[in-house]
Amino acid sequence: MIVGERKPLNQIRAMLEPYRKILILGCGECVSVCMAGGEKEVGVLASQLRMLYKKEKREIEIEEATLIRQCDREYIEPYLDKIYQADVILSMACGVGVQYVGEVAGERVIVLPAVDTKFYGANLDAGIWAERCAGCGNCILDKTAGICPIARCAKRLLNGPCGGSQGGKCEIDPEVECAWQLIYDRLKERGQLELLEDIVPTKNWKPSLSGGPRKVIREDVRP
Amino acid sequence: MKSEGALEKILEKGEFAVTGELGPPKGNDVEVIRQKAEYLRGNVDAINVTDNQTSIVRMSSIATCALLVQMRLEPVMQMVTRDRNRIAIQSDIFGATALGIKNILCLSGDHQIFGNQKEAANVFDIDSIQLIQCVKTMRDEGTLLGGEEKIEGKIRLFIGAAANPFADPFEFRVVRLAKKGKAGVDFIQTQCIYDMDRFKEWMRMVRERGLHKRVHILAGVTPLKSGGMARYMAKNVAGITIPDSIIGRMVKAKEPVQEGVKICVEQIEQLRQIEGVHGIHLMAIEWEQRVPEIVKQAGLLPRPTAS
Repeated sequence: MIVGERKPLNQIRAMLEPYRKILILGCGECVSVCMAGGEKEVGVLASQLRMLYKKEKREIEIEEATLIRQCDREYIEPYLDKIYQADVILSMACGVGVQYVGEVAGERVIVLPAVDTKFYGANLDAGIWAERCAGCGNCILDKTAGICPIARCAKRLLNGPCGGSQGGKCEIDPEVECAWQLIYDRLKERGQLELLEDIVPTKNWKPSLSGGPRKVIREDVRP
Repeated sequence: MKSEGALEKILEKGEFAVTGELGPPKGNDVEVIRQKAEYLRGNVDAINVTDNQTSIVRMSSIATCALLVQMRLEPVMQMVTRDRNRIAIQSDIFGATALGIKNILCLSGDHQIFGNQKEAANVFDIDSIQLIQCVKTMRDEGTLLGGEEKIEGKIRLFIGAAANPFADPFEFRVVRLAKKGKAGVDFIQTQCIYDMDRFKEWMRMVRERGLHKRVHILAGVTPLKSGGMARYMAKNVAGITIPDSIIGRMVKAKEPVQEGVKICVEQIEQLRQIEGVHGIHLMAIEWEQRVPEIVKQAGLLPRPTAS
């Protein structure tokens, strides 16, 4: 899923300075699951802001709503009336939702981000999410024992581990696992260490963000 | 000859090579380079010039190397893939060889988190092994990476890379060296060696694969300045292990500077005995003035002529 983390309250408060009628808009997908911007988090943020404004003795109207997902037109459209009534939309979705609500609602609607979009990750344990995919557009997991060095090696090495791998940890931080040590251990377990003898050639970064903004068009499902 | 450089000639003659290291200034003060270079002149066969090592911004490796060429010294240009994509890498190789640089050391580079520009984006378009392949393609095929574009002129470079026998997983370290050999590396400089037993074990594995016959291995040594430095390096520098016996000697020494030099000379003597070690890479970091006495005491003077 896309993992996000809510921005600090003071940062959100500063963004909202010019506005009086605020709609906090949650998203029911990834940010709900990672507890950054779902219905519950919308409620929490709304209460925090109401208390803050009360302390500041300012009369601000705060509305709350949570869509099934902000990256789909069909779920945004039923909320357009509500959206048009507000001065500003505070989206608690990932960066996709923030932009797409704006795109669907039109040029005059101001949508601000309440969440920092972090990465594509997995939920390792209660309250812990970790990056697993970098969306490079050209999956190589078949060649790396199912562990992605693009997302998980600090140098995105294709022929690791480098000389900074020590005791299974990465040189950048003793808390960070060396992805190539993980790959090595798994291949060893599978009796496939010989796979590491071959040089992996340079990667084609064209399908990644380096190639420009990306788009998928599927003619078979187009109307 | 791949490069016509002194380092290549000396190694090909079977002489025991000595390379040194010069860290460029954190600015454009050429005097710093001249001073360090003069300590190295006549004592080493070639001088590694670091490429923004530990991600600290310094004068570029290419420019510093070009200044050394003007001073009639032979540089080994370090090049990291952290700061350049394949466009910049190949363009810089055109420029470097045009300026008379004959040796390159292919590295991925320390992560920017260690440096003084921690908020920088890194590049890592290619890795160190792919960089070796890239330089070899440019030199031997006369084309750019990808093989289509012909290069105007001729790239002549002696290709080097690093090896760290002290990193993990240990058994993979020799595989990594083999990959660098396969990619086309001519010489290897190792991480500084203090744990002689582990280095000997690594060299045994290197010989088992016959890699010492295909790649010139220069063993890395760094003289310790003090007990504090020994302790600090053992604890904080990634990929370096220092046995307690050496730390103990440095801590107890009445004259740590002399002890550090003595240990270094002993290490060189031990390294010379190991089959497959074709030279040493002496990294006297910010301590270039000690290079002449270390090389002299180790019996490595005078340096052979390249011709």
